[in-house]
Amino acid sequence: MTAAISVSGLVKNFGTTRALDQLELTVSAGEVHGFLGPNGAGKTTTIRVLLGLLRRDGGQVSVLGEDPWRDTVSLHRRLAYVPGEVNLWPNLTGGEVIDLLGSLRGGLDPARRADLLDRFALDPTKRCRAYSKGNRQKVALVAAFASDVELFLLDEPTSGLDPLMETVFQDVVRELRQAGRTVLLSSHILSEVEALCDRVTIVRAGRAAESGSFDELRHLTRTSVVVETSRPIDGLGDVPGVHAVSRDGPRVRFSVDQGELNRVLGHLVALDVRSLVSSPPTLEELFLRHYGEDIATARGDADLVGVR
Amino acid sequence: MNALTGTAALTRLALRRDRITLPVWVFGLAAFTAGTTALWTDQYRIAADLVQDTRIAATSPGIRMLGLASGPSVGGYAMVRDYVLLAVLAALMSTFAVVRHTRQSEETGRAELIGAAVVGRHAGMAAALIVTVGVNAVLAVLLGLAMTATGQPAAGSFTAGAAVAAVGVAFAGVAAVTSQLTSSTRGASGMAAAVLGVAFLTSGIGNMAGDADPSGLRVDSAWPAWLSPIGWGQQMRPFGGNQWWPLGLAVALFLACVGAAALLATRRDFGQGMLPQRRGHAAASRTLRSPLGLAWRLQRGALLGWAVGMLGFGLVMGSLIGQVRDTTGTARDWYARLGGSDQILDAYHASVLQMAGMAAAIYAVQVLLRMRAEEADGQLESVLATAVSRPRWVASHAITALLGATALLLVFATGTGLAAGGVLGDPAGQVRTLIGASLVQLPAILVIGAVVIATVALLRRFAGPVSWALLMASILLGPMFGPTLKLPQWAQDISPFTHLPKAPAVAVTAAPVLALIAVVAALAVTGLVSLRRRNLALPA
Repeated sequence: MTAAISVSGLVKNFGTTRALDQLELTVSAGEVHGFLGPNGAGKTTTIRVLLGLLRRDGGQVSVLGEDPWRDTVSLHRRLAYVPGEVNLWPNLTGGEVIDLLGSLRGGLDPARRADLLDRFALDPTKRCRAYSKGNRQKVALVAAFASDVELFLLDEPTSGLDPLMETVFQDVVRELRQAGRTVLLSSHILSEVEALCDRVTIVRAGRAAESGSFDELRHLTRTSVVVETSRPIDGLGDVPGVHAVSRDGPRVRFSVDQGELNRVLGHLVALDVRSLVSSPPTLEELFLRHYGEDIATARGDADLVGVR
Repeated sequence: MNALTGTAALTRLALRRDRITLPVWVFGLAAFTAGTTALWTDQYRIAADLVQDTRIAATSPGIRMLGLASGPSVGGYAMVRDYVLLAVLAALMSTFAVVRHTRQSEETGRAELIGAAVVGRHAGMAAALIVTVGVNAVLAVLLGLAMTATGQPAAGSFTAGAAVAAVGVAFAGVAAVTSQLTSSTRGASGMAAAVLGVAFLTSGIGNMAGDADPSGLRVDSAWPAWLSPIGWGQQMRPFGGNQWWPLGLAVALFLACVGAAALLATRRDFGQGMLPQRRGHAAASRTLRSPLGLAWRLQRGALLGWAVGMLGFGLVMGSLIGQVRDTTGTARDWYARLGGSDQILDAYHASVLQMAGMAAAIYAVQVLLRMRAEEADGQLESVLATAVSRPRWVASHAITALLGATALLLVFATGTGLAAGGVLGDPAGQVRTLIGASLVQLPAILVIGAVVIATVALLRRFAGPVSWALLMASILLGPMFGPTLKLPQWAQDISPFTHLPKAPAVAVTAAPVLALIAVVAALAVTGLVSLRRRNLALPA
């Protein structure tokens, strides 16, 4: 498969702040790629570099085989973008903005525009200043989805949508994938990413922390187990590979490293297991592992400041 | 908790936000007043000149439209020349301040954040009005000091300050009401500006329709002047009686407006206005579907307002031609020097076209700075994420602004030509001559426009203040003020307006026009190249 987006060693500085630090990102043609990360991790900055709105300070960037900084206009004819914060002209109507952005991109399909307006239940005669955040986002989504382009860059596109519209959004993205389009979806809504994305990249502090399919990522992390035994459980914390043991009445919860499950089960069987639930790591846990490090780092920084 | 809880904290917040803006306004107005008053103090050392020019001001209906004569004194003459401008600027200062702290805060969502805290329903508006009335009081004192410092009598000076501040206070009230009526910042400012336009016209018409007293040095205004806050300020007669009671009318209007605004505020929803939102088109028209169409859509409202103003300005200037023909003394010299000819009518035409050129340059700066706003507010992100290159985006704004400025010159030339033709005969010939001559102003306007493009590209956040400062410098160093202020030639040469041929009084030569166009090209290329190379400064 050819890469729709290929980023390696991307560096972006704002003054003395390093926003992106050797970021790696590969999106294959025809896939829906999740782009995850805590606030301030560099997701929006990355997308703006991919659009040629920001200039990279180092590394290689190729989008649809073109250099976004040099070939900006020809590249933009082939992609559509939904910004995270949709800022529109207050005195233009939603319908006017959809047509304007579509035309500037090279034209949009009127039938598809009408269909999307209907599905997203958007009133195109209202002026943009009267739209809520969610409705402004719908304007940008309809303008993007009504364009016949190869690549969609979506920066937290559903953060203002209600659950009903979220479903519509997911349906549209699935249709795009069936039609062979590529989507880069930056998001905080993990269920959305899990439902839509073939592969994900988790970015943290300007670096790609992990990248791969969910199955691949799950191998990297721990399984959670909830167990109830007849005899009291002692010394579980000393078993290698077992973490975060906690008691909840007769039940005990803990997590186990990949590959250590069998040895732990052996330990448990001796205690007469009454019930056992083992669940694969969820995306939330995956996510929290990376976010948690950030929180810890942030606390560490705060302590340092306090010491100073 | 009552409706005014939190006013003190919000007042401090407003002062903190305006700590640069408001001092620039009041000190700028005071400096302008001190400078012009000093100029006339110097110019009218001979009493006979002063009597003569005051008589012209009192007897010429055209000048009566722009200033009210109250007797022969330097201070009184300064009021004729400066008062309406100062009053209009004070009204704009107040309007912007009130709208900024009420409707704009609501539109941007800041007020929502504040409104959820322990803050009464009317606290935001109360804070805005306290700050605005306070700054007008400071303005009154500063203007009084500025005129006293140039040797004018203190009583008249402080009456003058109060007369200007009265208009500012009245429009603080007007803006408080318009902020309740519409749901947009532009709408609230625009409605208050429209009220200001009506106030200017009624006071001007009242003065035009009035009579000069037997001495021919003082005008008694007709009744329409009493319908306008600007008229009330003029009827305070600084340096010509110093009556303070019309100030009460302005305060009464302010209080009535505040009461009305408070009532409206309790009857509407947060974020909405009293006037219903109109629905718009469900689809974009064919003309809107290009960067040029978008730039036109963003500029056309301002252009329409300016065109009406320029037409009125042209008609007034043209109708003055009869008085100018008969002018003698210093006024005639002033026109001859500004217009570059002893043929007083040609010189007059050349001078009014220069004023029109400067007005069109102000328009160009205003609409071109929209580019900066589009970048800072984030709309630019959506545009440049489509197949529109940065140079094409700049070009759309630049072409639209240039065509708009040209249209303003043509509208002005037509108005002046028709009115002058009404006095002198041959309107068609007058219009033809003036249209041709007005286009000579374009190279200077192009230079100013290219300066704005370069600052937007190079300076980003400071593009607005720097562009306005360079424009003001170009006007002050230019032919309208430079020679009168006796500035050295090199300083005057900095202004692009200095280099324009003084058409129609003087034949147009190619060299200065070509030189100005070379400057335009250099600035534009610098701007485009640096804009192409830099990061966009988008909101986070």
